[in-house]
Amino acid sequence: MTAENKIIINGNEFDFDPGETILEVARRSNIDIPTLCHLKGATGTGACRVCLVEVERARSLVASCVAPAGNGMVVQTESSKVIESRKMIIRLLLSSGNHNCAVRGSDGKDWTQFQLNVQQDDDSSELCPVWGDCRLQDLAYRYQVSGDQFPATETRYPMETVNPFIVRDFSRCINCGRCVQACNEVQVNKAISFGYRGAATKIIAAGDRPYADSDCVFCGECVQACPVGALVERDARYQYRQWEHEKVRTTCSYCGVGCQLYLHVKDNKVSKVTGVEDVAPNYGSLCVKGRFGFDFIHSQDRLKTPLIKKLGVFKEVSWDEALDFVAEKLSGIKAEHGSESIGVLASARVTNEENYIIQKFARGVLKTNNVDHCARL
Amino acid sequence: MTNTIDEIGKADVILITGSNTTENHPVLSSFVKRAVSLNGTKMIVVDPRRIKIATFADMWLRPNLGTDVAWINGLMHVIIKENLYDTEYVESRTEGFEELKQAVEKFTPDFVESITGIPGEQIEAAARMYAGAKAGSILYCMGITQHISGTDNVKSLANLAMLCGNVGIEGGGVNPLRGQNNVQGACDMGGLPNVFSGYQSVTDLAARQKMEEVWNVSDLPDQPGLKVTDMIPKAHDGSLKSLYIIGENPLVSDPDLNHAEKSIDNLKFLVVQDIFLTETAQKADVVLPSCCYAEKDGTFTNTDRRVQMVRKAVNPPGEAREDWKIICGIAARMGYEMNYENSEAIMKEIAQITPSYGGITYDRIRHEGIHWPCPNTEHPGTPILHIDRFTRGKGVLHAIDYIPPAETIDDEYPMYLTTGRLLFQYHTGTMTMKTVGLNEIAPESFVEMSPADAANHGLEDGSMAEIASRRGRISAKVKISLKAVDGTVFIPFHYAQAAANKLTHAALDPVSGIPELKVCAVKLTKAA
Ligand code: SF4
Ligand code: SF4
Ligand code: SF4
Repeated sequence: MTAENKIIINGNEFDFDPGETILEVARRSNIDIPTLCHLKGATGTGACRVCLVEVERARSLVASCVAPAGNGMVVQTESSKVIESRKMIIRLLLSSGNHNCAVRGSDGKDWTQFQLNVQQDDDSSELCPVWGDCRLQDLAYRYQVSGDQFPATETRYPMETVNPFIVRDFSRCINCGRCVQACNEVQVNKAISFGYRGAATKIIAAGDRPYADSDCVFCGECVQACPVGALVERDARYQYRQWEHEKVRTTCSYCGVGCQLYLHVKDNKVSKVTGVEDVAPNYGSLCVKGRFGFDFIHSQDRLKTPLIKKLGVFKEVSWDEALDFVAEKLSGIKAEHGSESIGVLASARVTNEENYIIQKFARGVLKTNNVDHCARL
Repeated sequence: MTNTIDEIGKADVILITGSNTTENHPVLSSFVKRAVSLNGTKMIVVDPRRIKIATFADMWLRPNLGTDVAWINGLMHVIIKENLYDTEYVESRTEGFEELKQAVEKFTPDFVESITGIPGEQIEAAARMYAGAKAGSILYCMGITQHISGTDNVKSLANLAMLCGNVGIEGGGVNPLRGQNNVQGACDMGGLPNVFSGYQSVTDLAARQKMEEVWNVSDLPDQPGLKVTDMIPKAHDGSLKSLYIIGENPLVSDPDLNHAEKSIDNLKFLVVQDIFLTETAQKADVVLPSCCYAEKDGTFTNTDRRVQMVRKAVNPPGEAREDWKIICGIAARMGYEMNYENSEAIMKEIAQITPSYGGITYDRIRHEGIHWPCPNTEHPGTPILHIDRFTRGKGVLHAIDYIPPAETIDDEYPMYLTTGRLLFQYHTGTMTMKTVGLNEIAPESFVEMSPADAANHGLEDGSMAEIASRRGRISAKVKISLKAVDGTVFIPFHYAQAAANKLTHAALDPVSGIPELKVCAVKLTKAA
């Protein structure tokens, strides 16, 4: 690092690497510049204008997510000019769709009519499905603004609910473009892009068709990237409220990539799955199986009691009976036909600890090396 | 994998073969797609189907089924002839170069074209591209291993990588992508007939003595046991009396299912421990309900050897128990106490007697997993294998000749069949078919074929076709697709109702015991 690469943010001096943006330097130094459209790892677009900061001697406010840090730059991230501009942007965004998270119209002015309209669009009387888990709502609180200064805009595009995994609610979309970047620059599935122009702007798949008829592979990267309630897991919509859930971090049980994920649990039930960001191997990404393939956990068809087949039919038995029976049969076969007549199949699906115990049992107790697993298949 | 998933982005050239990466390792495929589309990494895909990842590649080579050794030898022929290999690396790190050189001598581009169907110029171009890389990464999967020549195929890829000095460097390597979440771990833990945990051989007296001491047992068997693909025939001929199967469903995943089913029926005593009453469990004498991954603590080891935490999030249904507790219960009843307080206590024992896991503790992997080998708790883990030396010292370049697949097409069975997985289903479907949305998108089996093959057989998209091999017949819906190449059809193996493995061939690779699931001869007719 050379002595020249110094920037002053909010009165403190920081070093930076050439090419780093103001936002990157700030985040690295624990200075919180809010953003909506910025997606880590993707090219900055400066689309949402929330990250604007004041740079001394610059003619206007600067989008910190795209502006490179410069030597001797003096930056203010929360000056009154910055705050005024942010407030205006947030107001406009809040008024631009069905953002019924109650920050709008706290004085009751046009709340009733607004909520009735939202209900009609959304077929639900509840508040936004991501209430409490929304970056726009966070900003509305942080800057204490609501959307009622401007008339609510009409919803231009109906909700898309025709695929089994993701609901696309255009009435809550702020056109930040994070989903487009997630799909094109992170997962590189190239399923969605910006379509139409100006006020008609819409995120479209395959020339404006439903996800199901496009190249979309339902990885859900876009859902995880969406800062608001415009893209939500279908089965979690209005079922999932963040504050009621506990997050348990674990490893995906499908393929060998071993993605790190959170199971969101309420009342002993998994409601949704999200990727763990910022850690290897997946850095937040998941695929359709890891993200949406968890119904089996709570399937009615799960085995719940030990079964012994008697006269060709399974009978439910106690653990003691089942284990006694297995031990007795295995001991008998071992005594009569020798250890080599027994085989054990360990499993590529169970944990290391369990596989270890299985082979220890086969070798140490059954006294056979006939232990293998089906992973070759 | 010899190298990590993160390093894919550091390769200059990626060679993918026998891996339908976007469907089977979707998140890993994003690393590849990002490298290629956003960083200008070059990519060669060699695969019999025009799979999605091939559309991202600079070159797609299409070999006839089961001809991998031929094209790999072909690449090496060109690389040696044009002096594109890494002489210094070959000299200092490997042995067997002269033999290799002789073996690949006859694999001229023309000769290779005659076997593989890949045009000679493409062999030359691919050879130059791969050899031109500073760091070249090879990724492969079951399309390489599920052949009678699977071991040869893998060795050939290793030859190619070593020849170009690509093993033991950042961004390089020979990287098998593991299909199931914990295949790596099952092998590491000794779920194999010839080794204890950490690949310590059962024939090694010192290893046996170590285990006997820690386990407090005597007389551990000193000869390798049976592979699963040997157990099935032994059950068939009656010498294997009993099978204890945990978390596997061989009655959908095994080759030549009709034969496998008879073998299982022949057993005197079958125990199945699983989370669902699978096709295999239905045959059992005793079924024991176990916990799924969300209901227990433990670790999985992923495809790049990273040991990662699994944590209990919910309670199991009914009386279902952790697999290890069930086994310990049986062991105790057979007169051997196995008592562990929890899975962490088991990991302590594993670390104690498994050198490559010696430094793995739950505390260390709480936030981010560690790559084994990790011999002690100060060791940071080993992302890249074979940096300064191979395990045995020098790397061996193997001279390997091409052998054709066990079954080739003829007048009676004139089409090739290859099998594989789909993005929206997983293995035998026990888990994914319980997820409504996944089933909605991928509800049933199909046979994928090229437009010309469909036309030749008078089959329309969506109509029913009957597919027969020497071992069985199934019917499936026709799916006309540009992924298919004339003369070769594809059927996913997930579905028990139209089990592709009723058709497949159980011929085995003599070393690995892996069956040739990727090639067999079939005929197609319109279903009545
Ligand atoms: S689910 Fe994945 S593929 Fe589909 S639009 Fe979102 S990011 Fe793209
Ligand atoms: S759907 Fe979400 S992520 Fe995409 S543009 Fe709209 S608000 Fe942004
Ligand atoms: S989320 Fe998908 S890619 Fe990741 S481990 Fe699970 S199955 Fe594999």
